[in-house]
Amino acid sequence: MEEETHTDAKIRAENGTGSSPRGPGRSLRHFACEQNLLSRPDGSASFLQGDTSVLAGVYGPAEVKVSKEIFNKATLEVILRPKIGLPGVAEKSRERLIRNTCEAVVLGTLHPRTSITVVPQVVSDAGSLLACCLNAACMALVDAGVPMRALFCGVACALDSDGTLVLDPTSKQEKEARAVLTFALDSVERKLLMSSTKGLYSDTELQQYLAAAQAASRHVFRFYRESLQRRYSKS
Amino acid sequence: MAAGFKTVEPLEYYRRFLKENCRPDGRELGEFRTTTVNIGSISTADGSALVKLGNTTVICGVKAEFAAPSTDAPDKGYVVPNVDLPPLCSSRFRSGPPGEEAQVASQFIADVIENSQIIQKEDLCISPGKLVWVLYCDLICLDYDGNILDACTFALLAALKNVQLPEVTINEETALAEVNLKKKSYLNIRTHPVATSFAVFDDTLLIVDPTGEEEHLATGTLTIVMDEEGKLCCLHKPGMFPPLQS
Repeated sequence: MEEETHTDAKIRAENGTGSSPRGPGRSLRHFACEQNLLSRPDGSASFLQGDTSVLAGVYGPAEVKVSKEIFNKATLEVILRPKIGLPGVAEKSRERLIRNTCEAVVLGTLHPRTSITVVPQVVSDAGSLLACCLNAACMALVDAGVPMRALFCGVACALDSDGTLVLDPTSKQEKEARAVLTFALDSVERKLLMSSTKGLYSDTELQQYLAAAQAASRHVFRFYRESLQRRYSKS
Repeated sequence: MAAGFKTVEPLEYYRRFLKENCRPDGRELGEFRTTTVNIGSISTADGSALVKLGNTTVICGVKAEFAAPSTDAPDKGYVVPNVDLPPLCSSRFRSGPPGEEAQVASQFIADVIENSQIIQKEDLCISPGKLVWVLYCDLICLDYDGNILDACTFALLAALKNVQLPEVTINEETALAEVNLKKKSYLNIRTHPVATSFAVFDDTLLIVDPTGEEEHLATGTLTIVMDEEGKLCCLHKPGMFPPLQS
């Protein structure tokens, strides 16, 4: 029994991969991802961006309540629990954003009348929380083997008072920023799947941020690929 | 015959219209529905407005009450919006706790108030650290025919412009608040955010002010809120749905 848990831990440690630390200029924080760490969900992943950490679990395709079933595709549900306190309206809003992003990529028509439940759990929040939840959800869906038409990633950017763009802001940067924008982009054409913004900004600034987010998403997708390559090359 | 086709293949029926750059109700792709506003209809509220965007009807009532400010913001008042989608407005809503749609709409309105700085919270302060105004904005949808976010934002703005707050002084001796109902003043509305919703069809076409049916058939929706200086307060794009056929 002890041996089993020991090898389990070894595999888990090997599965975890990290990206290079934040370089100068606009770049993302250090990321790390671990998959298959929980035994009950069909798929699970933990995604770390700097100090922000989100653990996501995916159950599905599984049985669905008759009231919620859709005849020709899977019913996707997202349950987001905050780290402290009871879930409120803000959590419902974020659940809707994550759910719609997942629905755009998951091939629900392959599993009609089933349910796919994604449960992101916030472990620590140090900025860019929604983006981290999206990344963890994507990695967990891949780990669960849910068929998808593309991968997606979340990128957050903040505009501080002197007009410079900061990608993947920390909580301190977010609080001081004039505007904070979070985008979800798909991996095939870098199309914008979801956007959620806070603060005031002009439309030319929006175009700039979107372009910067698309460039940053390339790093995130490359990290996903390396992480999965490392995991599957061992087993 | 057209009615039969519409029931069996609603998306194809729609596409026929979109090819000719118009919609079943006769509007162009960039045309809004007839908008009517009625201000101050609720006499028991401190401010109210009724907005009709075509068939979509939203009424907003604002009530002002006293509250103690929080210790980390002793000179800021509160604006608390709440969107209610009762079973009256559409058959898809059931009675009971607010459903997801209502909660998302409430959060959206709260974000618009916060981001656009429509009211400076310091203006709602009566006595720092002791007494502030809290404005409860209740938005109730009476008829749901799509584009609820635009109607709610508009109703909220119109109602806030209609709010009159009485003058309040703190009596030095008794430390109680004295309300002078005869002397009322309007709120200082700093910006006028306007929401515009679009429905995306087949990933290529954008139509403005979607009706309930159009929202249901669309691949995705997008709402942009801008103030009069052209600054964006909110870009709400809650994801895209995969096309129905695939």
